[in-house]
Amino acid sequence: MSTQEFAFTPYPDLPKSHYLNVAYGLKSWLFTTDHKRIGILYLLSITFFFALGGLYATAIRLELLTPAGDMVQPDTYNRLFTMHGILMVFFFLVPSIPAVLGNFLLPLMIGAKDVAFPRLNLASWYMYMFGAGFTMYALFMGGVDTGWTFYTPFSSTYSNSYVAAVAVGIFINGFSSIFTGINFMVTIHRMRAPGMTWSRLPLFVWSHYATSLIMVLGTPVLAITIVLLAMERVFKLGFFDPALGGDPVLFQHLFWFYSHPAVYIMILPSMGVISEIIAAFSRKPIFGYKFVAFASMGIAILGFLVWGHHLFVSSQSLYAGLIFSILSMLVAVPSAVKVFNWTATLYKGSIEYSTPMFYALGFIGLFTIGGLTGLMLATIGIDVHVHDTYFVVAHFHYIMVGGALMGYLGGLHYWWPKITGRMYPGFWSHLSALIIFLGFNLTFFPQFVLGYLGMPRRYHSYPEEFQILHILSTAGASILAVGYIIPLVYFIWSLKYGEVAGDNPWDAVGLEWQTTSPPSLHNFDEIPVVDFEPYDYVEHEPVERPYRYSRSEA
Amino acid sequence: MSEQHASEHEHGLKFYWLVLFALLILTWVTYGAALIDFGHPWSDLVALAIAVTKATLVVSFFMHVKGATSMIKMSAVGGFFWLLIFFAFVLADVLTRPGMRDFF
Ligand SMILES: [Cu+2]
Repeated sequence: MSTQEFAFTPYPDLPKSHYLNVAYGLKSWLFTTDHKRIGILYLLSITFFFALGGLYATAIRLELLTPAGDMVQPDTYNRLFTMHGILMVFFFLVPSIPAVLGNFLLPLMIGAKDVAFPRLNLASWYMYMFGAGFTMYALFMGGVDTGWTFYTPFSSTYSNSYVAAVAVGIFINGFSSIFTGINFMVTIHRMRAPGMTWSRLPLFVWSHYATSLIMVLGTPVLAITIVLLAMERVFKLGFFDPALGGDPVLFQHLFWFYSHPAVYIMILPSMGVISEIIAAFSRKPIFGYKFVAFASMGIAILGFLVWGHHLFVSSQSLYAGLIFSILSMLVAVPSAVKVFNWTATLYKGSIEYSTPMFYALGFIGLFTIGGLTGLMLATIGIDVHVHDTYFVVAHFHYIMVGGALMGYLGGLHYWWPKITGRMYPGFWSHLSALIIFLGFNLTFFPQFVLGYLGMPRRYHSYPEEFQILHILSTAGASILAVGYIIPLVYFIWSLKYGEVAGDNPWDAVGLEWQTTSPPSLHNFDEIPVVDFEPYDYVEHEPVERPYRYSRSEA
Repeated sequence: MSEQHASEHEHGLKFYWLVLFALLILTWVTYGAALIDFGHPWSDLVALAIAVTKATLVVSFFMHVKGATSMIKMSAVGGFFWLLIFFAFVLADVLTRPGMRDFF
């Protein structure tokens, strides 16, 4: 970048009053009812749990470097992968996009001053922290060894680890999800600005509506399941243990009735993010807006009818297996509608390779791989062979990390200037996006091969011929870790030293870009009136970026 | 909204005590019915019928769904519909397992 660009670039200042400087001090955060500050509280908490879950993953990958189980005891290894799964699923992925970006953006996007129930929103964060506290207690006492799926009767009868404490933790944490879901649904129904009709809602909002539906309908089932599990464990009431007259497969039905849709709690918000990014950096309206919106609803509803694909080898009847297999394949239809519509949006667009766009393009590729291998697993004939192998592990990491996490990071990069008012360095953010993409594939692609060759999941030792693939995977994980640390550094750096971004650094449409960056306490000076269609980008119109970052990129 | 408020005011505190009383009676009936063997599958059906009656009382009066807006009614029905989905699929598994034919 030359000094000339410095001279020509107008530097906007941060607005005089915004949500971050209206009040200072710990109390102004812990008692806030501002949806934006609650989003930040969630951001800090889930980042902590992501790092903790990452440490467990590191330990797992180190153990698997050698075929012998030489680093930790088998029992310790069970605790490592269990805690990794619990922390990442319940305390990072489920709240990630909805509780951070959703909380921050949903009211902004529909032109509201806040969510419908601001205090319930704060309560949801406290529920999250409270549940996390129980889980941390269990973790310090030695953790849990059941796997994040808590299969009975091992979890209810035989396990000697802190199952009950974690169960309470997840039970409480579930309410944070339910609160968020209720809040979003009521907000979307009741708080839309004049003119913000359902067919003008950003797709991010549509996908959060679908997500909320799952949160509200599914999470109570998980809560009840966990209560039943705890009652069997503590009071010896027979629900799942055959010795007590229960049915262990019933637990799996109950657990996956929530936990399969929970995958869509993770991926749907991510799809919403991708729709926003793809439109903004192709400078085109989303191709088939209505289809993409309805695909979200379709995924949410169909997603409830497929849970039995986790039970193909659990003595579920063949008849039920067939039904679940067919229905699982049907979910691919709305998912594919989305992928094709994103690609059609890219077609002949004025594509700009910004950092968020890197993540969005990465998402499309990785999600497609994760989705297609999901179809393979929905086929009973294949699943019987690769069930509980690394093939499954690779598949769901392509969805949860390659999909959900890429979307979260993409969204964080897209809206960071809105959240903080400042821009992060373009070079480092592009570099880390590339490192993450490469590291991710190197970590998880070998696991497809491993699983196909017969390496079971949740084993800490393995035959020697698998070692080379495990070494590749561990090497990839190290690269991935570097990719995650870089954004952590430059995001913190940008808070003080980042370029002032201005209200609309991407020249994007959408109400959230029409207010200041960072937004004022009540979001808008006056409630906006919406008289434009969603994503009304003017095609092929050259973009004038007001700040230095993108010019030096170009 | 005004209709909803009106219906809430119709029931005094006494009404809710009555509902609670009915629920307690039904709890005793559940207990009593469990002591009698109606034979398969009637024992289960009797217990379920009592449970459904109790749930209806709670949902209609304690949760104020009776007299609520149609949006709220629809949401309540939606919840039960989802429960039905769960039951339907679990039965599709359990009732078609090998050996289940002898059960009927
Ligand atoms: Cu599933």
